Amino acid sequence: METQTTKFPLPSEVEAVPGTERSDMYPYFTRFAPSDDGRFWFYNGMHFPEPMPAFDTITAEAPYISLGAYNTRVFAIPPVLGIDHRILNGRVYISAVPVLDPAEIERRVVVFQERAGYYFANWDRLYAQWNGKIEELLADIAAIVVPDLPEFEDARVVTEGRGIAQNFFLIERFHTCTEAMLKMWQYHFEFLVLGYGAYLTFFEFCKKAFPEISVQTMARMVAGVDTLMMRPDDELKKLAVLAVESGLEGAFVANRSANDILADLASRREPAAKAWLEAFEQARRPWFNISTGDGFYHHHRNWNDDLSLPFSAMVDYVAERRAGKSLARPTERLKQERERISSEYRALLPSDAERATFDQMLGLCHLVFPYVEDHKFYCENWIATAFFNKVREFGALLARHGFFAETEDVFHLHHSEVGLALSDLALSWASGSPPRGPEYWPPIVAERKRVLAAYAKWSPPPALGPVPEGIGDPLLLMLWGITPEQLKVWSEPPGTGNELRGFGASAGVVEGIAHVVLSVDEISTIREGEVLVCPVTAPSWAPVFGKIKAAVSDIGGAMSHAAIIAREYGLPAVVGTGHATKRIVTGQRVRVDGTSGIVTILD
Amino acid sequence: MNVVWFDSLGLEDRATAGGKGASLGELRRASVEVPPGFVVTTAAFRRFVRDSAAASRDAVEAATVPADIARDVVDGYARLCADACSDSLPVAVRSSATAEDGAGASFAGLQDTFLWIRGPLNVLEALRRCWASLYSEPAIAYRRRLDLEEDGAAMGVVVQQMVEPRSAGVMFTRSPISGDTSVVVISSSWGLGSSVVGGEVTPDEFVVNKITGVVQRSTVSCKEIRHVPNETGSGTRIESVSPDLQTKASLGPQELRELCDVARRIEKHYGCAQDIEWAIDVLGKVFVLQSRPETVWNLRDRDRSQSEVAMPKEKPFDHVVTFFSPRKK
Repeated sequence: METQTTKFPLPSEVEAVPGTERSDMYPYFTRFAPSDDGRFWFYNGMHFPEPMPAFDTITAEAPYISLGAYNTRVFAIPPVLGIDHRILNGRVYISAVPVLDPAEIERRVVVFQERAGYYFANWDRLYAQWNGKIEELLADIAAIVVPDLPEFEDARVVTEGRGIAQNFFLIERFHTCTEAMLKMWQYHFEFLVLGYGAYLTFFEFCKKAFPEISVQTMARMVAGVDTLMMRPDDELKKLAVLAVESGLEGAFVANRSANDILADLASRREPAAKAWLEAFEQARRPWFNISTGDGFYHHHRNWNDDLSLPFSAMVDYVAERRAGKSLARPTERLKQERERISSEYRALLPSDAERATFDQMLGLCHLVFPYVEDHKFYCENWIATAFFNKVREFGALLARHGFFAETEDVFHLHHSEVGLALSDLALSWASGSPPRGPEYWPPIVAERKRVLAAYAKWSPPPALGPVPEGIGDPLLLMLWGITPEQLKVWSEPPGTGNELRGFGASAGVVEGIAHVVLSVDEISTIREGEVLVCPVTAPSWAPVFGKIKAAVSDIGGAMSHAAIIAREYGLPAVVGTGHATKRIVTGQRVRVDGTSGIVTILD
Repeated sequence: MNVVWFDSLGLEDRATAGGKGASLGELRRASVEVPPGFVVTTAAFRRFVRDSAAASRDAVEAATVPADIARDVVDGYARLCADACSDSLPVAVRSSATAEDGAGASFAGLQDTFLWIRGPLNVLEALRRCWASLYSEPAIAYRRRLDLEEDGAAMGVVVQQMVEPRSAGVMFTRSPISGDTSVVVISSSWGLGSSVVGGEVTPDEFVVNKITGVVQRSTVSCKEIRHVPNETGSGTRIESVSPDLQTKASLGPQELRELCDVARRIEKHYGCAQDIEWAIDVLGKVFVLQSRPETVWNLRDRDRSQSEVAMPKEKPFDHVVTFFSPRKK
């Protein structure tokens, strides 16, 4: 196999970034051991594009606890167990554990057939149950009240004979909080591997029947049109239309802050303004619980935390609406187009048996699609951002007691260390003597900030260790998201030539002026007709897709939400280029070929 | 009848017009833009052979065309000239054998084609040489190899207005490499398509998705030469392509879309995969010069074994189980 010639460094050969050699901010089980040299690892830049603050490692720990459990223990996916992860210079590397013994695979097939079969056969009922569990979990998180440790306990502790003081709740509720995150990730994978299994089965069939078919075409046949992930942007459009219809467009002036717009509307006497504000309140709960990133880092806040993105989008939508543009997504047309593509591919199949097979497989994809898309809204967006906000409340409490200079410092502690700091505080509140934390944690936090800054300048090798046989196996592709071609591209040195390669996520070729946007704060600087170049196109960035000519991202796959949006808008998009934001400079002319996945710097 | 115009021909006229002639008539019927022309019928050919008692290539080539046939051909050519408001309209003269272009046997390139012929005398000369080509050694060997009847072979000859193409080439309504039926694969170069068919340039290649219209792949090659009509008025010649055009795509997105549409229309009309020669004139108008069934994959599909056909399962999720069970693959 061609990829055998591809060489990556062994984990033990990679040196610590200078000045970080003594850092130990990550748990012992995430460090590379000599025995890891024999395995193939790759950098999970898709989910973890930045160095990990100590607390945020929970978004690696929790998913791999759950994903592996479902693969290995719950459904017994025959050829593969779970995923091991390690953190090297702040970056998360992962490696799947294959099952190689044919007899063991046989045994697992029997278990898998029965259990996966049960889930597929009862999908709708179990999925309805899943929605109930998620709602319960959301209520649980919302109900967590961080105790404020008063001088004297509430009198009711005595009059009601409660028998429990506030410092118990301090510890208990932080545990409830992290348990909610762990539980969310359990639910996250309950259906996901089966869902991807349905996709991959259909994709494999299509590739055999139509060797030239692209992933994006297959994705178009599978994709639903009305998914929860589309709702937040749709709500903004509805609010913009309402503003124009109510004669309130004067409040939506470019470069005006969300607070100024809201204050302006609140100061107006007319009932329309009041009605708009009510509609806004309704829309933001729950639909503004969407992350400006993808929920893997504490600094991925949601729209409710930071209204600047939704409001700058609304200002644009109001202007478009006034110019007579219809903002509604053409859902009927999109559905018809999906049906047309599927039925025309179906018609090209040479036999009735193959058409029946196609129907079964595509039907299965349509069964699983709502879960595969919608779970993201609840899990990575709503619950993840609610979780980090709750942790912030604990951080604020610790900061008030002198543990940190500022609330956000809490994210430089591993979640188990936050537990320790809270025990320290509980002890000190109980004993009446000062806590040790205010002397202990600030230097550690300062050191970790310095180390993270050093890690941020490091370019992680895309993969480590020997490339195994059969890396092209579709299951490994699903778990690892990599192909032999990708590995080949990765092994070429970056920073050469004027071409970048990624996944062609949405077809078409355009040329335009690049605008590099590193964070969501800069998103309002994008001008009509520019080419967006960004680290990751998160779902909440959807509003800018109406303005831009094409999109290029460092990370992401052809089935990512951003790819789906780009296809809906008919914009060429290339995702997963690795380092577009480092190679391209704002103002350069670029050509984006969303079919071949090539971005060319023309200047 | 010695001469029949395309508009009154269809596939059922293979016996009188030969494969190519019948197919061009059929294309007009499918509302595909085909340059105008007529067919010198197989009846005319048979009488010519009988009259000259010819049985070999040399004898055929030396014989003269019977007077009434020559008159009808010259009249036909005159009408083409009049319709195009031209004194000496350039035409293509192509053989159209009855055994040719059937699904399963392609005579591609075995019979002579004369391009850019002007004037009645040159047309008659080309006609004579076309007739003779049925008796060329490769043509005879080909018929023997495929066990085609020797006596049954007859020939029509197509006389068709030449298009002066800016770009031309061939396209398949399924991938000749992978057999994928969802794409049209277009090979294209500057000038006449003969440079592409004859393999004298590495053409640009475009893979267009029939269903979505997306250009899935485009490979633009360096096209150093092109075939153009000869200034002397007859035949073609090779000229070099200016450096700035060599590496420029010989087709634009709109033209690719149009060609893909035409390909789909023709394939649908015939109900099987087609191998199509096309040209685009300087005004950007698309013409189809000929279409015949694609042979390689048609045969391969016919012989497909039962085990290659994916079968539905009792429960849809059994497909997923199979996918996750490496032993079953």
